[in-house]
Amino acid sequence: MPVDTPLLIGEIEFRSRLIVGTGKYASFEETKKAVEASGADCVTVAVRRVNILDQSEENLLDYLDPKIYKILPNTAGCYTAEEAIRTARLARAAGVSDMVKLEVIGDKRTLFPDNEALLEATEVLAKEGFIVLPYTNDDPIMARKLVDAGAAVVMPLAAPIGSGLGIRNPYNIQIIMETISVPIIVDAGVGTASDAAIAMELGVDGILMNTAIAGAKNPIQMAEAMNLGTKAGRLAYLAGRIPRKLYAQASSPIEGMIE
Amino acid sequence: MQIIVNGIKQDLPSELSLLDLLKHLQISPKQIAIEINLTVINAEAYHTHTLNEGDQIEIISFMGGGAHAS
Repeated sequence: MPVDTPLLIGEIEFRSRLIVGTGKYASFEETKKAVEASGADCVTVAVRRVNILDQSEENLLDYLDPKIYKILPNTAGCYTAEEAIRTARLARAAGVSDMVKLEVIGDKRTLFPDNEALLEATEVLAKEGFIVLPYTNDDPIMARKLVDAGAAVVMPLAAPIGSGLGIRNPYNIQIIMETISVPIIVDAGVGTASDAAIAMELGVDGILMNTAIAGAKNPIQMAEAMNLGTKAGRLAYLAGRIPRKLYAQASSPIEGMIE
Repeated sequence: MQIIVNGIKQDLPSELSLLDLLKHLQISPKQIAIEINLTVINAEAYHTHTLNEGDQIEIISFMGGGAHAS
């Protein structure tokens, strides 16, 4: 029986193959409960200005202890390589992680990545010793270029961010898996637990999501569903599914039938 | 001395260190990062770094966010 090994990014070992975002929750308390239910040991967080006018504002990391969770700062909201590099450097200076979920967005409506700028930022940050996790299109050529530029993993989208459309192009994801040797984490686009399972059944190394959990009617319940969906998909991948056939194949023996 | 912190003008006495500024703003130096005039300042230098007239300061921390979520 194939035994699973933990997901490794750089030297960092992950207990779960599901990474979750921390945006769009009603409260930090709900965020914490959903993260716990998801089973994730890594959370992605945004880098934002401290509110200097209201010191009573709570801190997300008081709810998600960096001693327990791996913190993955992201460059969400950055539209140029310069902005993303600046944000990543600030995030690292906060001292909780050398990882960065690198996003350089090309367009407000689709939130598709600007791959040219993404590649440039990946190269700069990888040279500075960052563990770079770039969010990119499901493009195998881009994936290879990102790895050549020093990306520790490649994170192709399954569908547009927050769309919930599911795994739109499993064939490209498969080609990316055959093209590069670093871990592949599907980032963005899943809507429900079966989408997580489908992604993991393809054999990708992990999955990252936010809206599908935070936007569900019951985020904590959906977090558990995603936890199980991710695990089910991974197990099914390791177990090896049967080939698809056009015609039926009886599962009961045909000998010994009553006559 | 006038400086700008997170886009907001601040009138402060001169010869302040970065750590003095954090105390003045009642911000804990834990899990934050600071940039002055686009240069990141290491946490070890907060108490030695003196602020100058016109400094543009960014103080950041981590907020809820996933993928362009916030």
